[in-house]
Amino acid sequence: MSNTNGNGLPKIGFYVCHCGHNIASMVDVEEVQKFASTLPGVKISRDYKYMCSDPGQELIQKDIKELGLNRIVVASCSPLLHEHTFRVAAEKAGLNPYYFHMVNIRENVSWVHTDKSSATQKAKALTRAAIQRVFFHKPLEKKSVPVNPDVLIVGGGIAGITAALTIANAGKHVYLVEREPTIGGHMAMFDKTFPTLDCAACILTPKMSAVKSHPNITMWTYSEVEKVSGFVGNYKVNIKRKPRYVIEELCVGCMECIDACIYKEAKYPDEFNQKLSKRKPIYIPFPQATPQVVLFDPETCIDFKSHRCKKTCIEACDREAIDLKQVPEYKEINVGTVILTTGFKPYDAELSPQYGYGKYPNVYTSLEIERLVNASGPTSGEVVTKDGNKPKSVGIIHCVGSRDQKAHKWCSKVCCMYSLKLAHLIKEHTGAEVYNFYIDMRTPGKGYDEFYEKIMTEGVHFVRGRVSEVTDWALVPEEENKLTIRVEDTLIGVVRRVPVDMVVLAVGLEPRADAGDIRRMFNISCSNEGWFLERHPKLAPVSTFTDGIFIAGGCQGPKDIPDSVAQAGAAAAEVLSLICAGSIELEPNTASIIEKFCSGCKSCIPICPYSAISFNDGTQKAVINEALCKGCGTCVAACPSGSIIQNLFEDEQIFSEIDGLLKFADIELEEMEAEHA
Amino acid sequence: MKYIYYPGCSLKSTGKLYEESLLAVFDALDIKYEELNDWNCCGATAYMAVDEKKAFVLAARNIALAEEQLKDEAEVNIVAPCSACYMILLKTQKFLEENPEDMAVIKAALKESGLDYKAKAKIRHPLDVFLNDIGEQEIAKRITKPLKGIRVASYYGCQTVRPYSTFDDQRNPVTMDRLFKAAGAEIVDWSMKTRCCGASLTGTIQEVALPLSYIILHEAKKRRADVVTTACSLCQFNLECYQTNIDKKFKTDTKIDVIYFTQLLGLALGLEPKKLGINRLFAQPENLFRIIEGGKPVYV
Amino acid sequence: MDKKSVFAESFALDNAAKDIVEIRRRIKYESELDKGFRDKIAKSAHGEKLYGCIQCGTCSAACPVSHYMDYTPRKIIQMVREGFKEEVLTSSTVWLCASCYACSVECPKGIKITDVMYALKRESILGNYYPKKSPASILANNFFNQVLNNGRNSEGPLLIKMYLKTNPFMLFKNMALGFKLWVRGRISLKTEKIKDKKSLKRLLQSVEDKSNYKAKVHSPALKEASAV
Ligand SMILES: Cc1cc2nc3c(=O)[nH]c(=O)nc-3n(C[C@H](O)[C@H](O)[C@H](O)COP(=O)(O)OP(=O)(O)OC[C@H]3O[C@@H](n4cnc5c(N)ncnc54)[C@H](O)[C@@H]3O)c2cc1C
Ligand code: SF4
Ligand code: SF4
Ligand code: SF4
Ligand code: SF4
Ligand code: SF4
Ligand code: SF4
Repeated sequence: MSNTNGNGLPKIGFYVCHCGHNIASMVDVEEVQKFASTLPGVKISRDYKYMCSDPGQELIQKDIKELGLNRIVVASCSPLLHEHTFRVAAEKAGLNPYYFHMVNIRENVSWVHTDKSSATQKAKALTRAAIQRVFFHKPLEKKSVPVNPDVLIVGGGIAGITAALTIANAGKHVYLVEREPTIGGHMAMFDKTFPTLDCAACILTPKMSAVKSHPNITMWTYSEVEKVSGFVGNYKVNIKRKPRYVIEELCVGCMECIDACIYKEAKYPDEFNQKLSKRKPIYIPFPQATPQVVLFDPETCIDFKSHRCKKTCIEACDREAIDLKQVPEYKEINVGTVILTTGFKPYDAELSPQYGYGKYPNVYTSLEIERLVNASGPTSGEVVTKDGNKPKSVGIIHCVGSRDQKAHKWCSKVCCMYSLKLAHLIKEHTGAEVYNFYIDMRTPGKGYDEFYEKIMTEGVHFVRGRVSEVTDWALVPEEENKLTIRVEDTLIGVVRRVPVDMVVLAVGLEPRADAGDIRRMFNISCSNEGWFLERHPKLAPVSTFTDGIFIAGGCQGPKDIPDSVAQAGAAAAEVLSLICAGSIELEPNTASIIEKFCSGCKSCIPICPYSAISFNDGTQKAVINEALCKGCGTCVAACPSGSIIQNLFEDEQIFSEIDGLLKFADIELEEMEAEHA
Repeated sequence: MKYIYYPGCSLKSTGKLYEESLLAVFDALDIKYEELNDWNCCGATAYMAVDEKKAFVLAARNIALAEEQLKDEAEVNIVAPCSACYMILLKTQKFLEENPEDMAVIKAALKESGLDYKAKAKIRHPLDVFLNDIGEQEIAKRITKPLKGIRVASYYGCQTVRPYSTFDDQRNPVTMDRLFKAAGAEIVDWSMKTRCCGASLTGTIQEVALPLSYIILHEAKKRRADVVTTACSLCQFNLECYQTNIDKKFKTDTKIDVIYFTQLLGLALGLEPKKLGINRLFAQPENLFRIIEGGKPVYV
Repeated sequence: MDKKSVFAESFALDNAAKDIVEIRRRIKYESELDKGFRDKIAKSAHGEKLYGCIQCGTCSAACPVSHYMDYTPRKIIQMVREGFKEEVLTSSTVWLCASCYACSVECPKGIKITDVMYALKRESILGNYYPKKSPASILANNFFNQVLNNGRNSEGPLLIKMYLKTNPFMLFKNMALGFKLWVRGRISLKTEKIKDKKSLKRLLQSVEDKSNYKAKVHSPALKEASAV
């Protein structure tokens, strides 16, 4: 034990914690303390009731000063909990914090064993290992990197809009990237919002135009992120701006071109209206679209197909805003932080064929009804069936695609509430008898259950039972030419067949189809279901496991507008807190390459999960970017020439730790042999 | 102050002993009252079931009559001892107040009979009058034969405290307990105070009604009560007079004295049993007499 | 297709099947339900609040007689809301309700269930649905007439009439009780009357609900009741 890496003769302080009864009831802490005091290098060995408490920490600090300790080992709980605490304590007493090492004898020993004497043996073994290890510890310095104050927000729904405005109002620059031709997300499609029934457009469009005109926001619609590299504080992002074939800066949204289009009638399904109406090849998604700029659909525009259109649209535009030769634009930006607000996707109702969506024309999804009841929707707000008649009876089926082993197991959280809203709106628009078929009514939230009561008192029917099928075969005359809903009224205990003119499927919320791609691009995790995964479900709900990348709104899980907005605010606060701190300290447990040993085999480059390793073509050696390295150790193990070393996990440190453990095994073996003899 | 006494049909027949004891106690406590002139049936339960509007008219007529009879007094207080009457009078007032259209119809109809419904009268239960107008202290002062050692299980029945009355708690009423505590009795703590005794079904569907009464009597005996006091003529009749039927049906012994709370209060005030209609009970409350005279209680 | 379903009663007609196990159709077609029933009862019971019932079952749990009812109060509310008129009006529940108001006091939504039960009793009599030999409905009717004619109710004659009409045997069974009451001066066979009988009758008739009047006059229940 003579070689201590040139860092002076170790004077080790060892402290074992009782953790109340948590450790002391299963480990003989006094014995551990006595044992440690006999080990080489140990200057002082103590046990204490709560090492993490202030007096516990002061004990260490006092010993450092009075006894000149230069290594500290604490045997207590998990480093996840208190490594930071003790490192700070050591630092305050003037010791480099990386001379500290922690042994977990709670989670790894006292909580998992039932025999006190073997638990104590194990604690002693781990103690010896740690003490031998710290002989070789080195002082390390934390690196600090500056944080670029610019922010990228991906997805311009209500969550993205809220976060963008909050950050921009704080004086920071935001890039808001939206895939669709307009921002607004799902909320822009709604007529009213629960539970207050305030008009969605009235509360949303002012925010949309605020985004558009905000000097601190660069809004790129019809755009997508293509590539992300870098690390917290310093991300480099490549964005593709798809061509609209209209120059955004020139177009004022007068729509003359649309009127002038050679197609007199709109002919192609209008995506924004859920294909319930038609649009021309040149169109604007909806009247309040932001930006107020038209775009071409090259799939349907004659000129893109045959180059033989008269191009009456171009003639009509006196601002010369149309440019059929436009090509994609590629942008590269540098940002310090990212918020993902890519939202959700409604469940595809055709995957539950028993409800007849796609088969019976009068089976609608909830989103389609949102458009139908909307004054700016395909029917100017009239709720009519496909044959143009007002329905006399409408059945709303809850939990379509949710709470179902065959579809999604989760409850989509917002559909009970929006079904109530739609029941109200349909009744208001048509006077029809409206039935809600539900499994459970889920209306927790401020003013939500009151809303449920209000809708009930309006005379909407509530039938508790999951619908088995929607069908067109008639058992009795009144079912002829109707859609019949088969359900058990579980509250009365009879099976009912309810004939209706219109069926609304309350489809659930699911992750976007490309959530997996986005997740990989931004190097974050997804839950099994495909929702973006938060760092902690309660205590870090908008953070991810990748520093500097945050999530908010429907992309994290089913959520209504108030919750999405609240999360967006939280994510903005997290971002601003990083920006305000100005820089980020990085843990020094990073890997580095000893250049002279590196053979340039490149084995390490693809295996680094954080893309921290690159290849220097000049020197023909691999290089590790310390700011990106998370200290996972993968490359260290993989390097065939052993040229990678990692701070805090150097060979000597690990080997002497192992040696400490094995020594103990030797003793045990001897004892056993003696017993047998 | 003078009260209008509205007996209702039952205090003139099966509940005669309620009337006798109530009026005797009124006299003993110097409470002045006049019986309502030419009162009619309150309408109550059965009437509601046939024609609600008529039920309300019946009640409104009584209130209008009272307002007429005491037109010179500052305040009209109608004492309605029968729970059904009490409840229906309150309900009528509340209903007409909430439904101005019906109020107009009924007012007009009464006007034709020369009556003016002013909706001013206060509907009072005797318990309310004793506790809130006279007060426990005053009553305690007048007790001459304290109910020492008597365990009283007070029973209000369903319609005395719910759904419209406000003088006591709807789930756990305590006015009767306070009264008998003031009279020196021991109070039995039980949860049957407002449980329906089934009276409105005893005459019609006994199979359902008898178990309801049985359970009340059974719990009272289990808790070693010496007497069950009631505040409603239907309850008293039901719980007292069907004891034989109940015992036969359930093969038990539920014999226990079930008397009006005014009868027990009267005894404590030193009034003659006969004046309190005690003689009209099916069985004489010998046990009570003995304890009141200083004998030892016999717990059942 | 005839008015009713092809499947309507066909199973029940098959005698062979009936011998093995009674097979009845339980499925409900919406045409068999009365869509206006809910609003009618809500109006009659003074409260649209019944629409707000959350089917929690507190009423049934509070009700002292629910365990004898064919449908619990909670179920009755849902059946009323969904238009199960026949089932509701012919149910025993309506006549078992003792009007104790326990349900109304406990209902978390402030629904006046007792008043709904009253409304259903009235509806049952008017529509001639009530169980013909049910003592509770007969009693209600007799009581109604007695008060209409005399202004007061005379318990003795009232009960005698009821037993005669429903179950004369009960009259004998209760004779001893009646005698006991009679010797104690607690019951009389005399009919009680008020002085101003005429004007009371006029008063009562003046609030006749015109729409109900016809039904009432033609209601066999009322005719029979007044005949005895
Ligand atoms: C039928 C229905 C009715 C509803 N009614 C209500 C209601 O009345 N009240 C209420 O509170 N909630 C309601 N909700 C819930 C509400 O829709 C959500 O809470 C809300 O839309 C979530 O907002 P968001 O911004 O997180 O997601 P979204 O609204 O989905 O917005 C996400 C945005 O990100 C964009 N985007 C996605 N992927 C990318 C990408 N890779 N790159 C760039 N951009 C991308 C999308 O184009 C979209 O604009 C309803 C939901 C449904 C289905
Ligand atoms: S492209 Fe020209 S004509 Fe068309 S909306 Fe824009 S400004 Fe108007
Ligand atoms: S190029 Fe022709 S088809 Fe295309 S939008 Fe213009 S006018 Fe219409
Ligand atoms: S919110 Fe309601 S409708 Fe939606 S999945 Fe949950 S229970 Fe079903
Ligand atoms: S230690 Fe892990 S994160 Fe760091 S360079 Fe090696 S593989 Fe990448
Ligand atoms: S207690 Fe009220 S809310 Fe609950 S089931 Fe009964 S009526 Fe409905
Ligand atoms: S009022 Fe009727 S339904 Fe309600 S608890 Fe009493 S008996 Fe039951």
